[in-house]
Amino acid sequence: MKLELGFIEIKDIQFSNESKVENGTLFINADAVKEFVYQDDDVKACVKSVSFDIAKPGESVRITPVKDVIEPRVKVEGPGGEFPGVIAKVDTVGSGKTHVLRGMAIVTAGPIVGFQEGIIDMTGPGADYTPFSKLNNLVMVCQPVEGVHQHEYEHAVRIAGLRAATFVGELGRNVTPDESKTYETLGIREGLEKYPNLPRVGYVHMLQSQGLLHDTYVYGVDAKRTLTTIIYPTETMDGAIISGNCVSACDKNTTYHHQNNPVVADLFEQHGKTLNYVCNIITNENVYLADKQRSSDWSAKLCRLLDLDGVIVSQEGFGNPDTDLIMNTKKIEQVGVKTTIITDEYAGQDGKSQSLADADPLADAVVTGGNANMPIVLPKLDKVIGTLDYVDKIAGGHAGSLRPDGSIEAELQVITGATNEMGFNRLSAR
Amino acid sequence: MCTVTPISMTVGANRIVPTIAIPHPLGNPALTPEEEYALRKKLVSRALEALTTEVKDQTIFEV
Amino acid sequence: MSYRVVHYINQFFAQIGGEEMAHIAPELREGAVGPGMALNMAWKGEAEIVNTIVCGDSHFAEHEKEAKAQILAWVKEINPDLFIAGPAFNAGRYGYACANVALAVKEELGIPVLTGMYEENPGADLKDKLLIVATTNNAAGMRKAAPTMAKLALKLLKGEKLGASCEDGYMNNGVRVNFFEKERGSERAVKMLLNKLADKPFTTEYPMPSFDRVAPNPAVKDLSHAVVALCTSGGIVPKGNPDHIESSSASHYGEYCIAGVESLTSDKYETAHGGYDPVYANEDPNRVLPVDVLREFEREGRIGKLYDYFYTTVGNGTAVANAKKFAAEYAQKLKQAGVNAVIMTST
Repeated sequence: MKLELGFIEIKDIQFSNESKVENGTLFINADAVKEFVYQDDDVKACVKSVSFDIAKPGESVRITPVKDVIEPRVKVEGPGGEFPGVIAKVDTVGSGKTHVLRGMAIVTAGPIVGFQEGIIDMTGPGADYTPFSKLNNLVMVCQPVEGVHQHEYEHAVRIAGLRAATFVGELGRNVTPDESKTYETLGIREGLEKYPNLPRVGYVHMLQSQGLLHDTYVYGVDAKRTLTTIIYPTETMDGAIISGNCVSACDKNTTYHHQNNPVVADLFEQHGKTLNYVCNIITNENVYLADKQRSSDWSAKLCRLLDLDGVIVSQEGFGNPDTDLIMNTKKIEQVGVKTTIITDEYAGQDGKSQSLADADPLADAVVTGGNANMPIVLPKLDKVIGTLDYVDKIAGGHAGSLRPDGSIEAELQVITGATNEMGFNRLSAR
Repeated sequence: MCTVTPISMTVGANRIVPTIAIPHPLGNPALTPEEEYALRKKLVSRALEALTTEVKDQTIFEV
Repeated sequence: MSYRVVHYINQFFAQIGGEEMAHIAPELREGAVGPGMALNMAWKGEAEIVNTIVCGDSHFAEHEKEAKAQILAWVKEINPDLFIAGPAFNAGRYGYACANVALAVKEELGIPVLTGMYEENPGADLKDKLLIVATTNNAAGMRKAAPTMAKLALKLLKGEKLGASCEDGYMNNGVRVNFFEKERGSERAVKMLLNKLADKPFTTEYPMPSFDRVAPNPAVKDLSHAVVALCTSGGIVPKGNPDHIESSSASHYGEYCIAGVESLTSDKYETAHGGYDPVYANEDPNRVLPVDVLREFEREGRIGKLYDYFYTTVGNGTAVANAKKFAAEYAQKLKQAGVNAVIMTST
């Protein structure tokens, strides 16, 4: 399977009467996006209002509470469309040609469940920790219809964000990309014949699936109702995996992370040179022990069946998913496939506690995204997109996190994407 | 009493009773209230049995 | 004015002699001697070695108590801003002396200390208690060790925040410190995997921890007369979370009275936990803390009594050290109240 990504650099976003991409600027008519977003019945039923704002790198702007971050893309050649099974019809994606509006994102924000969403600062110390401070963000602040059930509302806001990304992505359809890159995954036998001497490497991609509000969707299917399976890496570039996840902001994989999975990118970078990148294995992180057993058994089984030499395992979240991570690692090592894992740490504010809830000596090659408990002070910024009402309650905050002078004292946890467990960032710990 | 018994083993609990699911260790919303209460009673009974059983090492008391 | 430093070295680095001179007793000299010159040079006047203490390695090993007392007396008198020992590289007795003298200065005089040695030096056993710069296993590594120690010394002198162990060159002391790597995590993971596949050396960024163990308590003989308490890490609290237990990284626990409470109802109790879907626990808090069932067992006489209070916290990204502290504290309360058994539920 072969996919060409055409990158259109977006260097600025401006509100305008006409929506278009021109010379690296996205001109956007907020009313038109809104109209498109509201064509969905669930959005209509659950979302009272949507207002748009723009946040650019370096501006004194704080976005909170952040739900999801999405990159606008559009399929220009080949089967299917972006976000298959959710926005586009179910059809296998990952081949043909896709245009990417690079350098920008759609950010959904506003009150959702009270304690799970994050903060994106566009400047200051907080900006160093979130990759989204480097993007031009079109922010959608959503408000719930009174009395709406929180799970229904999460679904509606998820759809609203994806629809907005679809609308904006479409504007890139006829724009000539600034740069193109092709990614190809070979069949099993083809790969063996073409790269007989390279180690066969796979990627075990763990998906958060602990329950409502902590979910991930694959082609529209709730990941907690799936068995561990195989997916082409390029399918994920077309939005086959999306986030419905409201766990701690620092180590949740937003839809943007899934679209731009760094493990996928870096394995492709080495593909055919130092390794043979075979495929991705997606597996869930459920709350029932039997599911954990079954899913990790299945991961190991597939690694062995594919005759892999090694895999990278990435995690999402912390706490009981540490067990899924350790079970996967242990079982995969036990079938003779070598592992390197990516996680993050909860070592306490003083850094002196054990970092993971579970451990095993076979997990001997660990990459860490840093200690999420690290205390951080975020100075007051000039403008808030969203509301500061939830700062004390979001995971990583505490009573008094929002100080009278408008600054925030909290744990790194509150920052969206700060300790990402796909290895998206340079942050680490020793 | 916990659902993720591997963690209980890792951290060193001595008497472990496996439970239903992380968000509802001692219940199951899919059951009727009567069935759910009976299930909880069974689990807690098992915990009482564990408390009255001598153990030498970490032990999982399967339900 | 520059910072004042006292330096500790052995007979060999003081150029008195090798093994044949290892018996010499501690002596106090003015200014820098031997490796101290390199430190002075690296400090460029910001700090300076005012005195050097020289002691034979065998002497320290055989007369540790007396030697330590003498050295401490001198250091106390001089009252420097920092005490540096070594580096000792792989010299076992020297490393042992450096680490132990430095620890004594730190603990008894409250003066910041720094030493350096090879990882496998027996003195490195104290790496969790004081800062030890990691060096090569022989003195040829001085050229690299001296600037690293000098730089770290200045940070200590100025009270600056330490970087991660790998950045500042000290041995990992069990304290996790965040820092920015040169490459992103996924790239580091690919490299680590390629090394592992090629059987080349690689260094994990997080060595697996080992958790402590406690011996099981004996079984409860007679439950029908026992007081049983309920505790949970599932975050069950009175509605409104009166003590503001954090939804993640809890800094405290709650103690709540359930005397006369037959069952935990959704109008009076809820969960403060931010790590799992709270809907089920909020609908029926007995699903996490089974008060209803224990009341029935109490009435039936299966247990003597359900204890009047329950202890609760949120086990979500909460530091093990905090959790341990909470339990150590309320375990004493439970013991004093005559509680015989505890059912701990977790989510």
